[in-house]
Amino acid sequence: MTLALVLAALLAVAAVVVVALPFLRDPEPSSDTLDELDEEERRRLEQLEARDRSLAALKELEFDHRTGAISDEDYRTLVGPLRREVARTLQELGDGAGSSEDRSREGRPTGGRTS
Amino acid sequence: MPELGRAALVVTLGLCLYALIGGVVAARLGRRRLALSARNALVAAFGSTVVASAVLFAALYRSDFSFTYVARTTSEALPTPYKLSAFWGGQEGSLLLWLLVLTGFGAAAVLLNRRWTRDLVVWVVPVFGAVATFFAFLLVVVATPFATQAAPPDGAGMTPSLQNPYMLAHPPLLYLGYVGLTVPFAFAMGALLSGRTDERWLVATRRWTLVAWTALGVGQLLGAHWAYEEVGWGGYYAWDPVENAALMPWLAATAFLHSVMIQEKRGMLRIWNVSLVILAFALSLFGTFLTRSGVVNSIHSFTQSSIGPWFLAFIALTVAVSLAVLFWRLPLLRSPTRLESVVSREAAFLYNNLLLLALCLAVFWGVVYPLLSEAVRGEAVVLGRSYYDFFLRIFGLPLLLLMGIGPLIAWRRASVRSLLTTFRAPTAAALLAGVVLLLLGAGSSIPGLVAYTFSVFVATTIAMEFVRGTRARKALGAASWPAAFSSLVSRNRRRYGGYVVHASIVLLAIGIAGSSAFDSVAEGRLARGDSLQIGGYTLVYRSLDERLAANATEIRATLEVTRDGRDLGMLQAGKNAYTIEEQVSNEVGIRSDWRTGEDLFVIAEQINPDASVQFRVFVKPLVNLIWLAGLVFLLGSAITLWPDAREQRRLVSRAAEIGLPASR
Repeated sequence: MTLALVLAALLAVAAVVVVALPFLRDPEPSSDTLDELDEEERRRLEQLEARDRSLAALKELEFDHRTGAISDEDYRTLVGPLRREVARTLQELGDGAGSSEDRSREGRPTGGRTS
Repeated sequence: MPELGRAALVVTLGLCLYALIGGVVAARLGRRRLALSARNALVAAFGSTVVASAVLFAALYRSDFSFTYVARTTSEALPTPYKLSAFWGGQEGSLLLWLLVLTGFGAAAVLLNRRWTRDLVVWVVPVFGAVATFFAFLLVVVATPFATQAAPPDGAGMTPSLQNPYMLAHPPLLYLGYVGLTVPFAFAMGALLSGRTDERWLVATRRWTLVAWTALGVGQLLGAHWAYEEVGWGGYYAWDPVENAALMPWLAATAFLHSVMIQEKRGMLRIWNVSLVILAFALSLFGTFLTRSGVVNSIHSFTQSSIGPWFLAFIALTVAVSLAVLFWRLPLLRSPTRLESVVSREAAFLYNNLLLLALCLAVFWGVVYPLLSEAVRGEAVVLGRSYYDFFLRIFGLPLLLLMGIGPLIAWRRASVRSLLTTFRAPTAAALLAGVVLLLLGAGSSIPGLVAYTFSVFVATTIAMEFVRGTRARKALGAASWPAAFSSLVSRNRRRYGGYVVHASIVLLAIGIAGSSAFDSVAEGRLARGDSLQIGGYTLVYRSLDERLAANATEIRATLEVTRDGRDLGMLQAGKNAYTIEEQVSNEVGIRSDWRTGEDLFVIAEQINPDASVQFRVFVKPLVNLIWLAGLVFLLGSAITLWPDAREQRRLVSRAAEIGLPASR
């Protein structure tokens, strides 16, 4: 009984220490604000996802056509719009990168998180 | 040490509550250290739950009957593995297992994704905290496994049917599945609450969902095999509410695993996917509620149950809050693309989703109808096997066919002419198989014949995909055919692992159709020397023996089996009489033919004082394909789950481009 209570008390103390650790390690932080993506970074993330999606779709179409799973007729219908979509997503990313560089020249942060 | 167990659970409850409240405050106010502190609380909650679980395991191992739970679920004579399996054999222990897996999964999922999804994780922590708080509360206040009493000389023992090796793995696997579905739910809610509805929550939870889905699938098959060998009525699935409890979330998760591909490939179905995740999680809670509340047998036992009302309230609250959050965030989930054609791969996936969901809802209605009828009319009307078989046929057979059609249609749109070319070979193979089977007499069951024909269609499409893909890889420069095959699979594990899973479903369909639509049965009361004939087999009853085992008296009838004059050896069937539990179990005799997949299945239904035995004998064609399907399913899941270095590099590069840490 006594041993159980001692162990239980130790467990409770350990739990409190683990929970308090971020405050104990960094009692007076220079900033206690959550590091989150800003609007520009979120927009860019969505553009990157769109680019990867269209590139993967094009790659899959090419492979399926090579295997014979996609007929020549379907391939011809699909490949043009997909290539245009890839070009568009790359173009949008290029424009975004430009505005990011502009922001950098203006001395504003562009992301580049460290931890 | 029940005090330590109780204290550990109280600590867990405090930590989970802190993860919930601290997490919400940190996310709302944007406080970094408080968010880290809430995350640490979730991790620490796993540690304290491990301590509570260790206390219960130790008590079970030592047969410490001063623990009420241990005395109620075990006995001194019970073999040690079954003593330990009593951890999940009773209500309190299985709730503790839920909490253990939940906090473990929660801590691991949050830690593994803490960097690149940190703006989501801030909200994921309180969602995990909320679910864990509920289970910790139940364990502390309503159903504690650490209640004590004056130790009786021996325990009440374990139900005989649970004293089976399958029971060591079947329940924990189901729990891994149920609880695993919390991970996609928590990340989906985290994405909605944080407003970060990009693809990261899907990527972060894909493998967790697959693990949960695989565990649920394998757990169900192990349960079916246990029922086949141990329960001894001659079947493997009885549409029992507890069996259906695991099937429903599995069907919803299957729908999600398919529809999520449409979101990843086309950016569509975002609202649908979040809805499926909520549904799968709610059904996993409902499954636990069905299994553990006592509502299954009678609505009156539900009112007597200590956890039933709490569970029902929590499910209602979860669904209400989740739907409210979903509606709040609808504008963020609008899809940038539309379905271009009803003849496309995404459309086929959509049809697949609708059929899976329809089957899931049909099963759900079958489960709740007796409860509703008892509540309204005072009389439980149970929907029988014919109800479930009807819906399995009208939704399951088209689903089987779609498994062959979907992968061969192009994304976006496909022309009718190319479809005719693509499906020429599988259709010809299916029709040929249908005609041959008809000539062989398989027309006695039309659904069975259709299932076989569709299975051949799907199997042909899968084979075509592997053959054509390997040929293309060889043409692209692979050194050899094995290298080309290996390259094909390793470059797209999800696609080709998925095909292997589809192959397992084909085996399952053939096994179910063969064993249920084309089986045969014979019965007879035999005295020593009498014989019984069925499906070409002759069984001669030779002897009856009785022996004492560790915790039961075993009575076995021995039968000599021949087929077409060829000696196939002896087969035993009988009963076990468990002394402590005061129960009798059927111990069936099974002879499997591994070449044909057929089983000869013998039940000794009644053993009479004059040593005559009432036998019931089944011949079940192709039933072993069901168990083989389990192994193939596991293989397919393993291929799909295997880490993909290319995808990893792509994700890292994407994260790096917006300045998120390169590690996940």
